[in-house]
Amino acid sequence: MNSKLNDKFATTMLTTALFIVALMYLFPIIWLLLSSFKPGNELFSYPLKIFPENPTLEGYAYSWQTMEFIKYFVNTLIVAVVTTVLTVLASASCGFALAKYNYKWLNVFLICMLATTMLPTEVIMNPTFSVILELNLYDSLAGLVIPSISTATGIFMFRQYFMTVPNDILESARIDGANEGKIFFQLMLPIAKPVAITLAIFSFQWRWNDYIWPLIVLSDPNKYTVQIALRSIVGADNIDWVLLLSSSIISLVPMIIIFIVFQRYIMDTGATSGIKG
Amino acid sequence: MKDTNKKWAFIFVAANLVLFLLFFAWPALLGVYYSLTEYNGNVATFIGLENYMNLFQDPSFYKAMSRTFLYTLIGVPLVYITSLFVSVMLTSNHTRGKNIAKIIFFFPWLVSPIVVGVLWRWMFGESFGFVNFVIQVIGGNPIPWSSDGNFAFVVVLFATAWAGTAFNMLIFIGAIISIPRSLYEAADVDGGSGWQKFWHVTLPSIRSTSFLVILLAVFNLMKEFPMVQSLTNGGPGTDTTFIVQYIYETGFDQMRVGYASAASMVLFVILLVFSLLQFRFAKGGKVNE
Repeated sequence: MNSKLNDKFATTMLTTALFIVALMYLFPIIWLLLSSFKPGNELFSYPLKIFPENPTLEGYAYSWQTMEFIKYFVNTLIVAVVTTVLTVLASASCGFALAKYNYKWLNVFLICMLATTMLPTEVIMNPTFSVILELNLYDSLAGLVIPSISTATGIFMFRQYFMTVPNDILESARIDGANEGKIFFQLMLPIAKPVAITLAIFSFQWRWNDYIWPLIVLSDPNKYTVQIALRSIVGADNIDWVLLLSSSIISLVPMIIIFIVFQRYIMDTGATSGIKG
Repeated sequence: MKDTNKKWAFIFVAANLVLFLLFFAWPALLGVYYSLTEYNGNVATFIGLENYMNLFQDPSFYKAMSRTFLYTLIGVPLVYITSLFVSVMLTSNHTRGKNIAKIIFFFPWLVSPIVVGVLWRWMFGESFGFVNFVIQVIGGNPIPWSSDGNFAFVVVLFATAWAGTAFNMLIFIGAIISIPRSLYEAADVDGGSGWQKFWHVTLPSIRSTSFLVILLAVFNLMKEFPMVQSLTNGGPGTDTTFIVQYIYETGFDQMRVGYASAASMVLFVILLVFSLLQFRFAKGGKVNE
């Protein structure tokens, strides 16, 4: 009886603690959202009110007119979707080869891919810029897509997964006369669907939220991605907060939709993807 | 048979191989070469190790480097502890509403670094932010969050912990739920308290995951750039300018490409040392288990 009471007490206390912390995590985003519905004169008038007194969509209308969001969204979507498709294909085939074939040069290549995690683009921006110029990729969306296709994380995710697939399946398909390409596309790729979806979500998030590649590659405002456009507002000497608040919220919408649709795949990541320690 | 497989293996890795050569090997070698030259985007003149010698006497390089180290030194434990705390709470038998809480903690993963910067800049505005408003309501004096270097640094740390919890939380939860129940039952028989169970069962069982989380966090913090760009822009002065921003400003704004590349190489060596150390420790951990 006593221990049951204790149990109840502990549950109440811990649940309360959990939600206090959760509220602290939630608050900045709620505050941004509520602020974005305030008219300009209410934003800075003390004492601050949590809820807008005269809620308005003016800020959104303003930012929709000022910023060419459709253009930025289209640019970013093209980059994110094309890169994601190519990333999944390239990572799956590469991970498959690394898991299922035994050649010395493949092991060397595996170590090379490991090395890429140690020298990320952020570290060698200038030489990367020279290469982009040299390859005629400067100021083009292709310049954002092509270099971002290769990802060590994606390759390792697929490699881990394919290592758990029994070799017998491959052997029997070979005996049936299927060539390796057919085995990969018709047998291996379909069974790795969960990994493919997880990586696709990751890749989309990486590209949608990416800042460094567009910063290096783009200069024409017509090709701006969402993040670079946002940066142009926040980097101004006098920040136009009305514009910035609503634009930031708008920029979050696509990721939120992705999250709602694919929640299950994202939340299971730690357990399924082999990114486990 | 064997031979055609070799051909196929090559086809399967071809895309990544080409990309590796073009966007990793080539820039890496070019970076080594640039670091040995005086290069402003037009003509590269070979000057040997001069860039490196100048770099080690450059106070602004030291400042960016030491700020980055300090940021990593405080930020990594902060990210580790908050993520672990949240994960333990979310796997405890004594909490309700786990699903909704998990979504709340995960939400920051969806938010881009630029917007994370905007969020916290808005929260910590000196004359208009919510935090200073609350401080004034409870009778305190407003804190110079953006004009004082140390306070600005604290805001960067807050933002880092907020943004970094989500992904690490997923990794930790994955590890915690795979700890065998029998270990906890054995601890129950011995009459262990919740804290003892955490310290003697949970923590040792997720040892290798901890190493992974710490390694990822060290890497992420050492190369922090976008979030700080929109949060403080490296300021006030250069008080929150970390090494990647320093490299960017030197290489692109000032067009001192050779010098910036030398700084890149130093950063690369540091990251390499971190991962080798980590590799050793992580391996040691597995041998002990």
